[in-house]
Amino acid sequence: MARLVVLGGGVAGHTTATFAAKWLGAGHEVVVVTPNAKWNWIPSNIWVGVGEMSKEEVTFDLAPVYNKAGITYKQAKAVSINPEGSADNASPFVTFEYTGQDKAGELENMDFDYLVNATGPKLNFAATPGLGDANGMGEHTVSVCTADHATHAFHEFEKSIEKMKAGERQKFLIGTGHGMCTCQGAAFEYIFNIEHELNKAGVRDMADIKWISNEAFLGDFGMGGLHMKVGGYVVSSKIFAESLYAERGVDWMIGAHVSKVEKGSIDYELLDGSTGKESFDFAMLIPPFAGVGLKAYNKAGEDVTDTVFAPNGFMKVDANYAAGAYENWKASDWPRTYQNPTYKNMFAAGIAFAPPHLISKPMSSPNGTPINPTPPRTGMPAGIIGKAVAYSVCDLITKGENAHLHEASMAEMGAACVASAGKGVFTGTAAAMTVFPVVPDYEKYPGTGRDTEYTFGEIGLAGHWIKHILHHMFIYKAKLKPGWTLIPE
Amino acid sequence: MKNEEHNFSRNDQSNLTMIPGAFARALRTNVIWQFIRFMVINIKMLVVVSKSH
Repeated sequence: MARLVVLGGGVAGHTTATFAAKWLGAGHEVVVVTPNAKWNWIPSNIWVGVGEMSKEEVTFDLAPVYNKAGITYKQAKAVSINPEGSADNASPFVTFEYTGQDKAGELENMDFDYLVNATGPKLNFAATPGLGDANGMGEHTVSVCTADHATHAFHEFEKSIEKMKAGERQKFLIGTGHGMCTCQGAAFEYIFNIEHELNKAGVRDMADIKWISNEAFLGDFGMGGLHMKVGGYVVSSKIFAESLYAERGVDWMIGAHVSKVEKGSIDYELLDGSTGKESFDFAMLIPPFAGVGLKAYNKAGEDVTDTVFAPNGFMKVDANYAAGAYENWKASDWPRTYQNPTYKNMFAAGIAFAPPHLISKPMSSPNGTPINPTPPRTGMPAGIIGKAVAYSVCDLITKGENAHLHEASMAEMGAACVASAGKGVFTGTAAAMTVFPVVPDYEKYPGTGRDTEYTFGEIGLAGHWIKHILHHMFIYKAKLKPGWTLIPE
Repeated sequence: MKNEEHNFSRNDQSNLTMIPGAFARALRTNVIWQFIRFMVINIKMLVVVSKSH
């Protein structure tokens, strides 16, 4: 009997664990170690942040689902990995600290045969002074990264609406809170949902709304932008993004690194090296991501964290980390199997794997401050990678250590993304987009890096319907209800 | 003033973009047209999803 331990219960970890448990059956053990008691469909946090959904509608308890699936559930956060075991224990093991199950604070070691690191990101609020405390509940700004953050954001948003109704003009500043952020899409959704809700509340004319982001151009989204076929033209996402911002009366500041947040204002540095302050009454700034800070030790107890993890805390996998300058980047730099190169019984999935480099062109200010989006690894790619890793681990367990590993390169897979721009059955809109592949391949597609037959985008009510359907479909799937395996990642 | 005229005049950023007119905006929430787009987008997305697995 083999044991697979999955660290993390987000999109990637949940997908890996549930498919592995189904394919392995009762003959082997699947364990999930996650600090959260609830699963969260994060894309819908946007609607929690404007009061269109409740926290309960975007979360559910993990324990009964894992109980049904035969998965051992540990509500705990992983602390360290001993991939070679230790002086006292010949087996590889992981150490975790309980956060619930009436054992909060207790440490426990668990042996594993295979380990999948799907811990997701640490929301690194501390990277920008004043951005937020350890829980993200900043004194000056809000976030929509978790359901609790989004609920807090809604309450602050309500206060702003009340002030506007009382005749007090409000300035909304929404975007990224550091020069190395990813997840511009979430901020994009939030700013247009805010704008939509202000219209509904009848106070739009009392609001100034501004976007601030580390993208070199609007519509970069951490993917270097995308080109779409529209009306017989192939056009950049920059054109469409700028069009939407102008149409909805939203100003923008791009190429911006937020260096400090204070009550009512931020300090920023731009790509041209200039600096300044921007005031706000309400600010939602996405924090940068980092690895969760897992440590690794060898059999002798020596720290081998640098061997297992990249400097940013994400786990090294089968990527080419020596690609060097932007001119040398290739699609083949991106990992295919997500296996750790040193310890073959360990994998990483979703945000937890260390990307070989950015997708967007690297940029920095004349002062040397890097200001560029880091690569997105969420949503559909995280699910597909999680499933491929589950396949690989199951084959290694059932067919032996020479089994063929399954592949899911982000340079060969596409992604469908639906970005809400306002909620409403007949008044809502969303930008429905697909890209193929996620990581541009300029050898295969020399012009845009992507197949323009399968890369498209448009905004409208249809996109909103799709986003709403996806909300229910993916929560249904995550609850492992009948037919869940038929719903694609 | 038409809505797009107002937005073009807001500042230089907006002035250099394309802004949809009334007809294009109306199509975005026209239920019949959007139902057709719903079918088309779903098919396109399913193709991309199938190519990605």
